[in-house]
Amino acid sequence: MSTESITTAPRASWWRRLYTQSPTLLAGLAIALGIVVGAFVIIFTSPVVLRSWRHIFSSGGAILSALKITVDNVGAAYRAMFTGSVISPTLLWHSLTTGHGWTTTLTPLSETLTYATPLLIASIGVGIAFQTGIFNIGANGQAQMGGIGGAAVGSMIHVPMVIHLPLTLLAGILGGVLVGLVPGLLKAYTGAHEVIVTLMFNYVVAAFLIFSVLSTALQQPGQSNDISRTIDASAQLPPLFGVASGLRVSYGIFVAAAVIVFAWWFLERSSLGFEFRVTGQNPQAARASGISPRFIIIAVFCVSGGLAGLAGTVQMQSTTHYIDGGFLIGNAGIGFTAITVALLGRNKPVGIMWGALLFAALGVGGRAMQAATGIPLDLATIIQSFVVLLVATPVMITEIFRLRNVETQRIQLATQGWGS
Amino acid sequence: MRVELREITKRFGSFTANDSISLTVEPGQIHCLLGENGAGKSTLMNVVFGLLHPDHGEILLDGEPVRFANSGEAVRRGIGMVHQHFMLVPVFSVAENVVLGFEPTKSLNRLDHDKARREIRELSERYGLDVDPDAVVETLPVGIQQRVEILKALSHDARLLILDEPTAVLTPQEIDALMGIMRSLAAAGTSILFITHKLKEVRAVADVITVIRQGRVIDSVSPETSEPDLAALMVGRSVSLTVAKDAVEVGGSSLELRDVVVRDDRGLVAVDHVSLSVREGEIVALAGVQGNGQTELAEAIAGMRHVESGQIVLGGRDITNRSPREILDEGLGHVPEDRHRDGLVLSMSISDNLVLNTPRRAPFARRGTRQLSAVADNARDLVQRFDIRTTGIDASASSLSGGNQQKVIVARELSRPLVAFMASQPTRGLDVGSIEYVHRQIVAERNAGRGVLIISSELDEVLALGDRIAVMYAGRITGVVDSSTSREDIGLLMAGAGREH
Repeated sequence: MSTESITTAPRASWWRRLYTQSPTLLAGLAIALGIVVGAFVIIFTSPVVLRSWRHIFSSGGAILSALKITVDNVGAAYRAMFTGSVISPTLLWHSLTTGHGWTTTLTPLSETLTYATPLLIASIGVGIAFQTGIFNIGANGQAQMGGIGGAAVGSMIHVPMVIHLPLTLLAGILGGVLVGLVPGLLKAYTGAHEVIVTLMFNYVVAAFLIFSVLSTALQQPGQSNDISRTIDASAQLPPLFGVASGLRVSYGIFVAAAVIVFAWWFLERSSLGFEFRVTGQNPQAARASGISPRFIIIAVFCVSGGLAGLAGTVQMQSTTHYIDGGFLIGNAGIGFTAITVALLGRNKPVGIMWGALLFAALGVGGRAMQAATGIPLDLATIIQSFVVLLVATPVMITEIFRLRNVETQRIQLATQGWGS
Repeated sequence: MRVELREITKRFGSFTANDSISLTVEPGQIHCLLGENGAGKSTLMNVVFGLLHPDHGEILLDGEPVRFANSGEAVRRGIGMVHQHFMLVPVFSVAENVVLGFEPTKSLNRLDHDKARREIRELSERYGLDVDPDAVVETLPVGIQQRVEILKALSHDARLLILDEPTAVLTPQEIDALMGIMRSLAAAGTSILFITHKLKEVRAVADVITVIRQGRVIDSVSPETSEPDLAALMVGRSVSLTVAKDAVEVGGSSLELRDVVVRDDRGLVAVDHVSLSVREGEIVALAGVQGNGQTELAEAIAGMRHVESGQIVLGGRDITNRSPREILDEGLGHVPEDRHRDGLVLSMSISDNLVLNTPRRAPFARRGTRQLSAVADNARDLVQRFDIRTTGIDASASSLSGGNQQKVIVARELSRPLVAFMASQPTRGLDVGSIEYVHRQIVAERNAGRGVLIISSELDEVLALGDRIAVMYAGRITGVVDSSTSREDIGLLMAGAGREH
């Protein structure tokens, strides 16, 4: 009875309504805020800008000149980031009018898509697990194993492309499933916490990666380095516009597109996806409705791990065509970035697509910015982190904008006893 | 204390929870506020207690207008409130709980335990509360915990005591004791505002009854008013309080429990060798105060809790320790006790919730793909047949009122082919209109020849529905009696006074 005031009293703040009703606008605002924060980071870390502000009291024109230096520096950084990841208007104009230089003009876009493709696939895998209430932190290890599987099948079997290419992709999926299945089975049968097990399995797979690329079966013949054989041309995802175009963007983007369609169908239309979502929203009700938690846990790890594995092999098949001991290690660890991308896209396939494109663009553009202006790539990471932070914590935003409804908060406290 | 509310209005956005409500509580009067869930009773009490601020109107205490900024001010002006869910610290003693926030201290801020204990003993004796100040709260029965809440209010010199649905968690005997306490408090001059939707209690204890419906005062009546008249005032139309039950020929065994033993989450025996048979065309009502093993028993029948020994047979087939899926498929309809936890996915749509346990069954899915048009057709059909009040089948289950949420679950379960139907606390938290509806559906299921097991801690419900009544206490069935047995006798069985079985 006393819950009556709780259900009717809170007037949702506009930000919270935005969060539930218009996630796109929310993400847009978060990105804008991230860029503003990034601008301040540039200002406070750029010696030129700081020096210009130190002398503003020495002469009348100093403030104006300091402002100009600031705007120039921040502007140059973001301009370099944009032209380095999307397109440069001047180059575009040049190509349009002369018909030449298309490779240079389109390279930034091509690079962004190349980076986005595996990231997108892995993020959807993580997102599906999140929707089921399972935290698959092991996507990176699963992706690495996918790369190992793909490299093995791609380099050791010699069959025509119609068979070889799908077989290599399948080997990647199986690699991911295999690694995902272990924590899945452990959780389903012993109750082991998936965060711990998947996280630890990243280290296991990273060690196995070194072992495999040094093994006689996979190591590049005549090499003593940790580098694998190169896969056959028939197992590669070829560049979309041919090798001669110089653009790396590959047929992998069709794999990614297929994954988006599959994920949408799976979550919105399939019976298993429905059971995944029910389990994620209310595991108790799922169990009472006859959905076996054990089956769901194992199935989630198969789907999620399989997609991560696919991401790993797509990465290998479309870019390097071999793997080495540094495959998806450190900054290249798409399996870890996938967690934040899934969060940013609110675990929805289309949302994740935009998130992956944004993250890829920030990474690619960040490198271009570093080359052009000397501002470290870490700025891109700062913006990425800030955007995720804002999207993931609408409560914090409500606090920042002082939108908390003090009255309703108190009522909620007052009407909750320890019995409820 | 004389408390006067003048034209209190409280709005939440476009929703008016209280619409110029006026009422007066005389000193030493027990004033009942009767209304359905959502009528605005709790909102009004939160206004009186200073938790909410009225948009219009004023509160007068002994003729003096007051405005409370918070509940602390209300407490200082002599208003005490006992909430439906107790606000006690389970591991503290009674004395510690009572003084919490207003601890008496000796020099150097040391707690004065003796003073607290003395005060409590004194208060407890004066009003016949009979509470030991040194007992630890979590070891006390619910009825005594409630007295601790009352003590807490009295220790702040409450001259107006607000009791929000105080009887929901009590046995019939505990309810009688509470009413005795209320009378002695009133005799000593304390004014009491008693919120409830239970007609029997109102008539037993009230001096004046104010009926509220949709935020408005409908009428103030005397306790001599008959139950059907009160119900009609409350709901706005005449309702039948008893369920019409025709005689039905009882058939063979539908659901049978043989020597069932089940342990609770802590590993203690919660269901202790229970045997019970539900036949086709019969409602067996399992009565008992909450926490005597009914929850665990229901979970075991539904396949959600391990059966340690014994056997559960559904329509002649052994379902002991089968999975919930298999038991559902064998034809057990189950309305779980906690509908938010086990019955619904609140964030999902009504149409999804209506196929929650049959998503793979034809016509709702074909070759692993959900057939959304069939799901929608099913939802439209059930929403109409079961009178689910909603803005649309795509609205989330959380947008529904409690009664309509329960109708969604009942509709889902009864729309499947069943062998037996089990409902735990089927009308908990529901208003009179919804209770009437759910009861009719349950009886219709029995009339159609199914065996029905109702698990309820509401004695009224048990008496209204049960063809036979089994009473559970401390994990055992203390007696199986027929529905003509008196409330007092069943109350005694509920308190464990039955013969060994």
